[in-house]
Amino acid sequence: MSEGRIAARFAALARENRAGFIAYVMAGDPDPDTGLAILAGLPAAGADFIELGIPFSDPMADGPPIQRAALRALAAGMSLEGVFDLARRFRATDTTTPIILMGYLNPIVSLGYEAFAAKAAAAGVDGLIAVDCPPEEADPLADALDANGVDLVRLATPTTDDARLAIVARRTRGFVYYVSVAGVTGAKAAVAADVAPAVARVRAASGLPVAVGFGIRTPEQARSIARVADAAVVGSALVDAIAEAIAEGRDPAGGALKTAAALSEAVHTARELVA
Amino acid sequence: MTIADTLTRPPLQNDYLAYPDARGRFGDYGGRYVPETLMPLVLSLEAAYAAANADPAFHRELNGYLSSYVGRPSPLYFARRLTEHFGGARIYLKREELNHTGAHKINNCMGQILLARRMGKTRIIAETGAGQHGVATATVCALFGLPCIVYMGAVDVERQAPNVLRMNLLGAEVRPVTSGASTLKDAMNEALRDWVTNVADTYYLIGSAAGPHPYPMMVRDFQRVIGVETRAQVMEAEGRLPDALIACVGGGSNAIGLFHPFLNDESVKIFGVEAAGDGMHTDRHAAALGGGRPGVLHGNKTYLLQNADGQITEAHSISAGLDYPGIGPEHAWLHDVGRVKYLSATDDDALEAFKLCAKLEGIVPALESAHALARLPEVCAEVGKDGVVVLNLSGRGDKDLATVAARLGMNLGAIS
Ligand SMILES: Cc1ncc(COP(=O)(O)O)c(C=O)c1O
Repeated sequence: MSEGRIAARFAALARENRAGFIAYVMAGDPDPDTGLAILAGLPAAGADFIELGIPFSDPMADGPPIQRAALRALAAGMSLEGVFDLARRFRATDTTTPIILMGYLNPIVSLGYEAFAAKAAAAGVDGLIAVDCPPEEADPLADALDANGVDLVRLATPTTDDARLAIVARRTRGFVYYVSVAGVTGAKAAVAADVAPAVARVRAASGLPVAVGFGIRTPEQARSIARVADAAVVGSALVDAIAEAIAEGRDPAGGALKTAAALSEAVHTARELVA
Repeated sequence: MTIADTLTRPPLQNDYLAYPDARGRFGDYGGRYVPETLMPLVLSLEAAYAAANADPAFHRELNGYLSSYVGRPSPLYFARRLTEHFGGARIYLKREELNHTGAHKINNCMGQILLARRMGKTRIIAETGAGQHGVATATVCALFGLPCIVYMGAVDVERQAPNVLRMNLLGAEVRPVTSGASTLKDAMNEALRDWVTNVADTYYLIGSAAGPHPYPMMVRDFQRVIGVETRAQVMEAEGRLPDALIACVGGGSNAIGLFHPFLNDESVKIFGVEAAGDGMHTDRHAAALGGGRPGVLHGNKTYLLQNADGQITEAHSISAGLDYPGIGPEHAWLHDVGRVKYLSATDDDALEAFKLCAKLEGIVPALESAHALARLPEVCAEVGKDGVVVLNLSGRGDKDLATVAARLGMNLGAIS
């Protein structure tokens, strides 16, 4: 199999000695067309990867910002087929930025693992993060994704000890997503001093790049994480920018992309400033 | 679905007591579908429960509280007037409503709080629908001086106001949940969010035989006392096993507690009753088996009410304790293999049965339990005149008076 978009992007970042910026947005938030405009604008705003949320009615690992984003997207008619459609339309204009879907298992179970993996691959999706599917339950899903060349990206957390880390690493592909705080998205702040040794541990166990997310909101936080991780993920702050723009009657796409640009600038220059 | 339809499938040969397997599976159902942050916690809970279960001192302590504090054993009462009314089988009521706090929920809470203490946990969280589990959790927390936070859908806070007051008096903090439809499923989401945030000190005391392994097994084991007592009591009263068991099913804890010790007795017909809300021909019901399909929610694979896209849909029932779009995984499996027949009762059926039980037996049942009462005619007809039927009267109806009054167009202020 040829090198996928995720591996290619991490290899390029390593050559340039900079961290990647992963922008999380909820698919179809606040509506499918605006959602597509946001996706299309993210690479120019500095996103090295796009994490695309699959909206779910019961997002039990998400805080209020992403819960509300899911509700907006669902209310505007988004569905799993709609997510594939968005990815496909994005791919018509961008063939290199990796797309990693992130969501909960039930819509995927409902469609069926094989059908999901095949449709995701056909839509130009590169990876999947299934929040409520720990390694112990993941083999059938991992088989289907492997067969279609889609990476199953696993989560490691502050509660993952060394013994579990070996289990987490076993069938993870592309990169490992280190959840930097015990909690839901958008709630607590990550502390770079705690994150650095954890990232090193995960990198050693998996031999893969490590992205850090869940506790990063501001350019300052993103900069400090980008010094110790291979990539920094920001979600709730982007989603909040959309919500604020809607509340103030401004263009949601403009709001999200402006926030993304500020965050990506911080991530991309983080290591220069240290050196 | 008529009872005749549901009885045509013969039960499979099986050792029903051998489940769950080591992965927490009942057939294809159950498992541990939790975020990685919670995975180490559910694994350590599983280990702690296994150790407690193997320790006679744990059982001695639990049995002591069950008899001196909960008031066990609960009586098995021969319901003479209901028996005469239905003119067929001899009907017995397992009187779980006589337990301290008025429902079966305390059996499970007592077991889990002793386990939480053994694990050194210092903060207890719970979800509640009807408030019965919240009250039972608040009660055992008061008993042991532990802080208690109960998540409850804002709609349920409204319709179960007396239980909110009780929880407050017991020293618990009730946190209304306004996401989703503001009922039990949303309360469970919020409790899981709390647990994922407070991983070191917090024990999540789940109130039904649902959630990630080991909860469905552990809650069942703590509720099994219902069936174990019933077995001895019915042998004493009738000199033989019953012909049928019947219980309402929300998450399924009172039902599995009664059923489990009888699962391998093939002569015993077993019936669970789901909430049909406005009716199974509408989309306003809470019958996950009758109207759902398999999926993954709240840590386990089971039948769920969901749309074609896999989004969970809202359940509807007059009874807050049954107003949940899922069902415990052991029931999903018992349904698939045909060992238990699952029926349903509408809001109106339950209200009629609620009134009937009060009038004929002097017992005001919980609206949840009234769903089981509502299917007595069919079950009695099924076992015939000489048959013996045991119904689990899972709770008392004091908490439901406002709901019933509103539904019947009475003004509670005027009649009290
Ligand atoms: C009296 C009573 N019965 C039944 C139930 C339903 O729960 P389960 O199916 O777990 O017994 C409840 C839940 O609140 C209840 O309060």
